[in-house]
Amino acid sequence: MGLTEFFGAVFNLDHVGKYIHWGFIQLSVSNAILIALMIVTFISALLLPFPGKRNRKEGK
Amino acid sequence: MTTEIDRQWTTRLRKTVVEKLPPEKLLPDTQPAYVASWIYVFGVTTLAALAIVIATGCVLAMKGPLWWHLSSTGHFVNSLHLWSVEIFFFAMVIHLWGKYFMAAWRGGRQLTWVTGVVLFLTSIGAGFTGYVSQTNYDSQWISTQAKDGINATGGGAFFNVLNLGQMLMWHIVLLPLAAVALTAVHVIYVRIKGVVPPFEEEK
Repeated sequence: MGLTEFFGAVFNLDHVGKYIHWGFIQLSVSNAILIALMIVTFISALLLPFPGKRNRKEGK
Repeated sequence: MTTEIDRQWTTRLRKTVVEKLPPEKLLPDTQPAYVASWIYVFGVTTLAALAIVIATGCVLAMKGPLWWHLSSTGHFVNSLHLWSVEIFFFAMVIHLWGKYFMAAWRGGRQLTWVTGVVLFLTSIGAGFTGYVSQTNYDSQWISTQAKDGINATGGGAFFNVLNLGQMLMWHIVLLPLAAVALTAVHVIYVRIKGVVPPFEEEK
């Protein structure tokens, strides 16, 4: 099985897109996942320690 | 006494530029301690993604639609172009959230904020014209759906999303020029005014 077939089997996009309906809001599941990932990345960026922070020299 | 050379516009421009943005400010050796946080990396991530978008876009422009539709290398470069755009917007929106919540327009940084906002809108336009320039069923679907919205605003006469030639030119000439120029101005303002400090550092 080639890489294309492998990824095609794991991420099968050959179907009608799935959508979330919430009142007047309608968005695709893939976009909802992406937005959730962005929120997770944003919160992680605020909370995770930055490597080498203690050893940095302070600039102006 | 001012000499004729001092009065030249080139001399005056050089002096103003060097005064506003001396080389050590343009390419500083160190950054303030508060910049050592993950939330500060998303601006430069956006910049790196933009570089990949432009580079892959140049390759696509050189080779043309048949190449990106039919050859495997073309598919690969086309995918690189798409996914670098995804990362570009992903990083840009997190950069926007970070800057919004730290009120990054403080300390005379209004123009940094405003150029960022205009850059965001320009990028949406560039992304949209890219989607309608793909020359596939996806782009036909998007453009036929979008035409009603744009016609409802009265803008369809000037910006016809069904006109592939016009959309392609906006996508590969006008909007990239605007985006790169605005990015340069945005980064220069960041360098002139410095990275916005957290609220507690400002007190």
